[in-house]
Amino acid sequence: MKIAQKTIKFLTITAIALFTTASFAVNSDQKHDTENDGGRVNTKNEVDAYILHHIKDSHDFSLWSYTNDAGERKHVGFPLPIIIWTTEGLVTFMSSEFHHNDDGHVIVEKKGLKFAKIHSKIYELDQEATTVSFDADHHATNAHKVLDFSITKSVFGIILIGLLLLFWFSRLAKQYKTKQVPTGFARVLEPLVLYVRDEIARPNIGDKHYRRFTGYLLTVFFFIWVLNLAGLTPLGFNVTGQLAVTACLAIFTLIIYSASGTKGYWMHMLWMPGVPILIRPILAIIELAGALIIKPFSLLVRLFANISAGHIVVMSLIAIMFTLKESLGVVGATGLSFVLSFFILLIEVLVAFLQAYIFTMLSALFIGMAVDDHAEAH
Amino acid sequence: MYNMIGAGLIVIGAGIGLGQIGGKAMEGIARQPEATGKIQTAMIIIAALLEGLAFGALFLGK
Repeated sequence: MKIAQKTIKFLTITAIALFTTASFAVNSDQKHDTENDGGRVNTKNEVDAYILHHIKDSHDFSLWSYTNDAGERKHVGFPLPIIIWTTEGLVTFMSSEFHHNDDGHVIVEKKGLKFAKIHSKIYELDQEATTVSFDADHHATNAHKVLDFSITKSVFGIILIGLLLLFWFSRLAKQYKTKQVPTGFARVLEPLVLYVRDEIARPNIGDKHYRRFTGYLLTVFFFIWVLNLAGLTPLGFNVTGQLAVTACLAIFTLIIYSASGTKGYWMHMLWMPGVPILIRPILAIIELAGALIIKPFSLLVRLFANISAGHIVVMSLIAIMFTLKESLGVVGATGLSFVLSFFILLIEVLVAFLQAYIFTMLSALFIGMAVDDHAEAH
Repeated sequence: MYNMIGAGLIVIGAGIGLGQIGGKAMEGIARQPEATGKIQTAMIIIAALLEGLAFGALFLGK
């Protein structure tokens, strides 16, 4: 059994590593084309813009783009729906109507309102305006942001991975009805589920209460882990590197440990027994700030910063083949970039697991602190 | 300019902290190999807390 687990672990890691190396091909193709596009020469700025564009969320799902023989720019990918709440109510259209324009030059008219896309944000133009005008800081002067409920690339990724997890785990659950040992891919998932239950939930929450929270911890663990891994594929998701997503996950944990806190937990937080009365309000402020702000903040910033930093490092190392092309030659720069980014990607596969593990572990720890019986402590 | 110096200082501090955590954990494991699992778990938790602090500082200083 142990050997089987190890084999599966090894095979998974190898498959993931092979899959991620494929991303070089796609990314480098794109870079070459951007470089040849219209004779732009400022590689450094271009690389910066490219990396920032990757880190940010976008309204269409583009895999790569190229310039064909006729000099036209072609994008490979598919558009995603834009759903916005404007002064005229709900407006929906496909993002292909912007023709991949991101600086506000393409105006889309719907319901008598005009919309422009500037740096991946949808703006509604004022009534009389026909083009977007900018002030010195490149802020739009005659347009304002709208409430955006679009299916962006990140939302698409969340839905996709959510359905995938639902499919995997409902199949795993069904298999236990007929047999003792799951078969097929479910055999990979079973040890991971047991690992989260026995190594993360039980020791941190305690034997009495851990069952209640195992479901949430499993969901969070697999959601973060699979999305982290999806971010390393050429699909180019950066879902767990979005502040909104990590903040949402951290708020879930905050709500769960606050709602399930025992009387003793709140007592110790708000009116600490055993210390002088005058100290108690000061301690309450510190404890409240720790539990309601610092804990979730550290959870959300850790995940966001780790994943974003990982993506930036990988993209920068891939970009070495363009920035060092003059000094090292094409073969030298490409070789260096390939070797460096290959090893960083392997480390990123580890980080993807580690961050999911740490988020789940700390969530379990915080929940454990809240539900623990404080009667014998202090 | 100043936030770059600040970022450098944060990384120096976090590096010293991580080195302490890792080094002491290694010592602990060398002294008591049977407690490896427990030491590793505690090490990762403390490293994660330190990392949260360092990232928080970097994030606020940006």
